[in-house]
Amino acid sequence: MIVSVASGKGGTGKTTVAVNLALSQDKVQFLDCDVEAPNASIFLKPLIQEKKIVPFFIPRLIKEKCNFCKLCSKVCEWNAIAVIKDKWLFFPELCHSCSACWTLCPQNALEKEEKELGVIEKGKVGKIEFIHGKLTIGQTVAPPLIKQVKKEIRKGEDVIIDVAPGTSCPMVEAVKGTDFCLLVTEPTPFGLNDLTLAIGVVKELNIPFGVVINRFDVGDKKVENFCEKNNIPILLKIPLEERIAKYYSKGEVLVAKDEKWREKFKQLFQKIKEKVKK
Amino acid sequence: MKTLTVISGKGGTGKTSLVASFASFFNNKVMVDCDVDAANLHLLLHPEIKKSFNFKGGKLPIIDKDKCSQCGRCIEVCQFDAIDKDFRVDPLSCEGCSLCARICPEKAIKMEEKITGYWYISDTKYGPLVHARLGIGEGNSGKLVTQVRNTAEEVAQEKGLNLIIIDGSPGIGCPVVASLTGADLALIVTEPTLSGVSDLERIGGVCDHFGIQWVVCINKFDINLDNTKRIEKECYLHGVQVVGKIPFDTSFIEALVRGKSLAEYSTSKTTQQIKDMWNRIFNILNSKNV
Repeated sequence: MIVSVASGKGGTGKTTVAVNLALSQDKVQFLDCDVEAPNASIFLKPLIQEKKIVPFFIPRLIKEKCNFCKLCSKVCEWNAIAVIKDKWLFFPELCHSCSACWTLCPQNALEKEEKELGVIEKGKVGKIEFIHGKLTIGQTVAPPLIKQVKKEIRKGEDVIIDVAPGTSCPMVEAVKGTDFCLLVTEPTPFGLNDLTLAIGVVKELNIPFGVVINRFDVGDKKVENFCEKNNIPILLKIPLEERIAKYYSKGEVLVAKDEKWREKFKQLFQKIKEKVKK
Repeated sequence: MKTLTVISGKGGTGKTSLVASFASFFNNKVMVDCDVDAANLHLLLHPEIKKSFNFKGGKLPIIDKDKCSQCGRCIEVCQFDAIDKDFRVDPLSCEGCSLCARICPEKAIKMEEKITGYWYISDTKYGPLVHARLGIGEGNSGKLVTQVRNTAEEVAQEKGLNLIIIDGSPGIGCPVVASLTGADLALIVTEPTLSGVSDLERIGGVCDHFGIQWVVCINKFDINLDNTKRIEKECYLHGVQVVGKIPFDTSFIEALVRGKSLAEYSTSKTTQQIKDMWNRIFNILNSKNV
């Protein structure tokens, strides 16, 4: 079973939930797919045993062959290439590596150049197999790296995926193909607004989902009312506690400190399993 | 004209709450919500939408089965594995690059423009707001951010306003880089947690990479004073100014559930600290040569 932990709004506690869920189990695969800001390793502290570079291809000009016909700049949907008279300009942060420019260049004046998109690191902590992707600073396109991280999924295993905030491509790429999506929110207008957007995405992807309300005892009751009204299961509520916030700030994990919470996260995983079976 | 972009790397550090408070301190500016796939600033600024625009952010290939000879060239060139062996397009994988349509020898593929979101020019009691809404699960958020940012510049010019304040999105990818383009200064809002520290390093690295000056606000600084000290030290060594330290204050949430920024909701010490921080940022912006 593959469980993704997403949220819409950032900072609601995705990583906290994902990490505690993983550590409440004996054996899981853990994938941190928030490749722009991966933080799960701070809490799981895995021993990294393997590292590989994920490449990204950009065009490189072979000046002698170019006749400045501008076709490359015309076919680039992201305006990453500009040709002004006999100057060929490239803006790497806009490039999506679609290959159109070098595939279509009539002069064969563009070749592809390999760049580092990011790295994938693999390691172990107890019986948990840990994998995360880290987008290289200055690179902007996260989905291809997320896709590579997800290729590490071993069929038949229990897998937990930590997802980036938001509701656009990085979130979609990470949540796609998972058996269940756990949406972590907070009881504020921001939390509710972004939860609604995230639900829109998981519904479109046809993935069953449930909600975790973090810091449930502050803010208002609108998230709970919304879930009740729409028959959305609230699978866990976590209070705002100084102790929990302190653990988080120091990279410590709740279930390692508190048996009661270990039991709660175990039950959460069990509830999800039952929902997926249905 | 000066542009300030507020970003964080890590989500939920308090960007939007702070931007909304800044908004209430003075006029003469355009506010922009560049967190287009999870926009929240409108929930505090209560805009009245004046103009609404369609965002034609994507293109999707339509394969004409009658013309298609199933040569497979499109599948071969697609870098996004968006066309399967039965020549069906997966809209969630497709990036809309149009290469398949351009390369198809039978000219069997047409690209259809899609409306993938909307952007708005609105009025608020604190001045104009430019914001957007990306369609569910749509990509190309960077393009929409650029659109919103450019519109804000036009609005500022038209109305003779000399400051743009951008509320950015979390992360370090496309939409963040698009919201940083052309910024005079970036305010990075962080928190004294190990995740906050790690993400601050990454987003600071992005600002350095693109040559954008940045300053730091440590929000909820009192939840872990050791980490706050660590951030201050790192910033000092990096030559980066910490422009404000804001305490953990549940009145942020009280204000938020009432649809208000903290500065509007209360005249507390925290509000004064946000105001002092704003004055420091304003001075830095003004001291920069155009």
